[in-house]
Amino acid sequence: MTESFSFAWHTPLALADLPVYQGENFTAELAQKLSQGLRLIALTALEPHAAPTPLLAVLAADQEKRLTAFVSKPLERLPSLALRFPQCQLFERELSEDYGLIFSDHPWPKPVRKTPDSGIQRGKRYPFFRTEGRQVHEVAVGPVHAGIIEPGHFRFQCFGENVLHLEIALGYQHRGCEKLLLKAKAHQRLPLLECVAGDTSIGHALAHAQLMERLEDLTCSERAWHLRTLALELERLANHIGDLGAIAGDTGFLPSSAWNGRIRGDVLTMTAMLTGNRFGRGHLAIGGVNNDLDAALCAELSERLEKARRDALGSVKVMLKSESVLERLRGTGALSLDQAKALGLVGVCARACGLARDARLTSPLTPSPNFAPALAQSGDVLARVLVREQEMRASFAMVEDDLCALEEDESREPGAEHGKEMPPHTLALAQVEGFRGEIVHLAVTGEDQHFQVYKVIDPSFRNWPGLALALRDNQISDFPLCNKSFNLSYCGHDL
Amino acid sequence: MFGILKERLHQKYRTLDYPAKEPFLPERYQGKPTLDFQQCGTCSLCQEACPSQAIERQGEAIRLDLGRCLFCGACAKACPQGAISMSRNYQMASFCRTDLVLSPHTKEPTPEPSKPFKTPIFRRSLKLRQVSCGGCAACEADTNVLGTLLYDLGRFGIDFVASPRHADGILVTGPVTKNMAQALFDTYRAVPDPRIVIAVGACAISGGLFAESSECLGGIPEEIPVDLYVPGCPPNPWSILAGLLALQKRL
Repeated sequence: MTESFSFAWHTPLALADLPVYQGENFTAELAQKLSQGLRLIALTALEPHAAPTPLLAVLAADQEKRLTAFVSKPLERLPSLALRFPQCQLFERELSEDYGLIFSDHPWPKPVRKTPDSGIQRGKRYPFFRTEGRQVHEVAVGPVHAGIIEPGHFRFQCFGENVLHLEIALGYQHRGCEKLLLKAKAHQRLPLLECVAGDTSIGHALAHAQLMERLEDLTCSERAWHLRTLALELERLANHIGDLGAIAGDTGFLPSSAWNGRIRGDVLTMTAMLTGNRFGRGHLAIGGVNNDLDAALCAELSERLEKARRDALGSVKVMLKSESVLERLRGTGALSLDQAKALGLVGVCARACGLARDARLTSPLTPSPNFAPALAQSGDVLARVLVREQEMRASFAMVEDDLCALEEDESREPGAEHGKEMPPHTLALAQVEGFRGEIVHLAVTGEDQHFQVYKVIDPSFRNWPGLALALRDNQISDFPLCNKSFNLSYCGHDL
Repeated sequence: MFGILKERLHQKYRTLDYPAKEPFLPERYQGKPTLDFQQCGTCSLCQEACPSQAIERQGEAIRLDLGRCLFCGACAKACPQGAISMSRNYQMASFCRTDLVLSPHTKEPTPEPSKPFKTPIFRRSLKLRQVSCGGCAACEADTNVLGTLLYDLGRFGIDFVASPRHADGILVTGPVTKNMAQALFDTYRAVPDPRIVIAVGACAISGGLFAESSECLGGIPEEIPVDLYVPGCPPNPWSILAGLLALQKRL
């Protein structure tokens, strides 16, 4: 194997073709690739049982649009890279929690999905970080929050109003998705993945469909792709509009908060007109889609889209013209470009720091995307708002293009097909830019059409540490606003 | 200031005069399934097609548990006899778990209770605390949306409050993960008695897709008696609202 082993993101690979490294060489190789500027896509175990187990690392060279992957011999203990490359820290913690692997010198060897209340920690206190000092105080929030929102525990170390440190303890939403996926029958996988993060049903279903199509060597019709990207961009629209409204609400600017809540509902209704379900459940199929549009429905959707666009742009314009809103957003919860790179952030949060990461660009779904990622530089709440505003405009245009193409195209989508059998011992990946950022699904097939590994990496998994860091040296009252501007998924992280 | 007022005029008044007016439901909306037991043959294709094991064969006939159903319509597509069809009925909340099971023996749901339910004091002011216990954020989102302009939940005297101490009941979503069990019990006990429990979504009612997961309790545990079940994955917001209003009438 050569050192420059790499592959295109859409090709499945036989596991036997991957370079294998012994013990410490695996870590050395990983460190070398990361120091060359590659991004860690996944670090996972290859066997479903406890250590010693072989590990698999997948990295992306975003500029070249190539991936690289390599495996280790069975391991029990290896040096941690978390201090040098913070983007590794959660992956390493996950491996020690699930497989009992020991990462020596890990600076933050804490649970990932074992909550402070969980029975496993009984008799032992959850190792929360604590700041000592006469005027330092601690604020604990959750798991049950004030609003209608998923559970998580937040612990602030405060000096007066200022946050010295925020620790986020998750795991309350852990439903055992990945374990269920390995056991699930083929027709159960899509419904399960649509529930990984309910607001990203299309994103996760699309990632799974793509992964299966790569394994089964299936191609979709152009019409099916329009129907897929249409649903994906509608999902982005609904969520971005909702998020912008929620941020307006947290700054106390109620007009846009109220309007956006309603407009988000209008976009969900459009998704329901296409799929029957407000979140697009059941739309995706392996090899195609389950719903088509006729010319009349296309025209009706276009009309609704135009109204929603006018209303959303008007609502957001009023909000961004208000100096009191801008003043509240500017400089709040800022992250630098270097921090974003080090943590391996993705999606809106990364682009708000000037990091041009967008799976629609690096691993496009369709051959020639006419697309430039929306960017902002300041890394604060305002930057995240501006990125969402730009992406909202772009998504309106993309949905319009898809609807036009579907209206003109007179063919009908035949629906799902059956592909070949999945080849055994093969690695396949799918990367889809959901509204939060890059969704990664990684599968390694075993014997008998089963999966040996099915790894789901929601963008939230990469971005939660960003929120914790963004709160440093901000006021504790900035937390709700920062939290809304990240809008991360709890269940997507906890799986 | 003038810009805001101008935009306000453009955005109009949007609240639907529900329940006097029927809500808009898209053509493809799949509501409560209807079963024609006369047509049902001996195959088990619907059972095999169902991703959440909501259908069981019981002797001659099948039984469909709305409490587990995802409303995906896979059974209706699979049935060669056309015995299952998805209706457009969105009002399917139930006060009784057994009313959710459709079988030849299912009676019409009990419309009115024989005795007054719990207490009438909540009728015009019902404060709820929402507890998400492993919900995927879809049930949560479709509950949250009731606060937006179209639905305007507040006009019915129903509100979601921040503390269980201020609440008359809890609205639970999700299959109740092991990690949330303690928090659910704590929240339930923190609500002053008499208290109401509402289960929203297949997960909260039965565990749904996660019923078999070793990390979940398979829905709200028996120790917490449920007063209202709203099936769906997730339920349409109108289903949740219709359920809440039906409950309010019972109080």
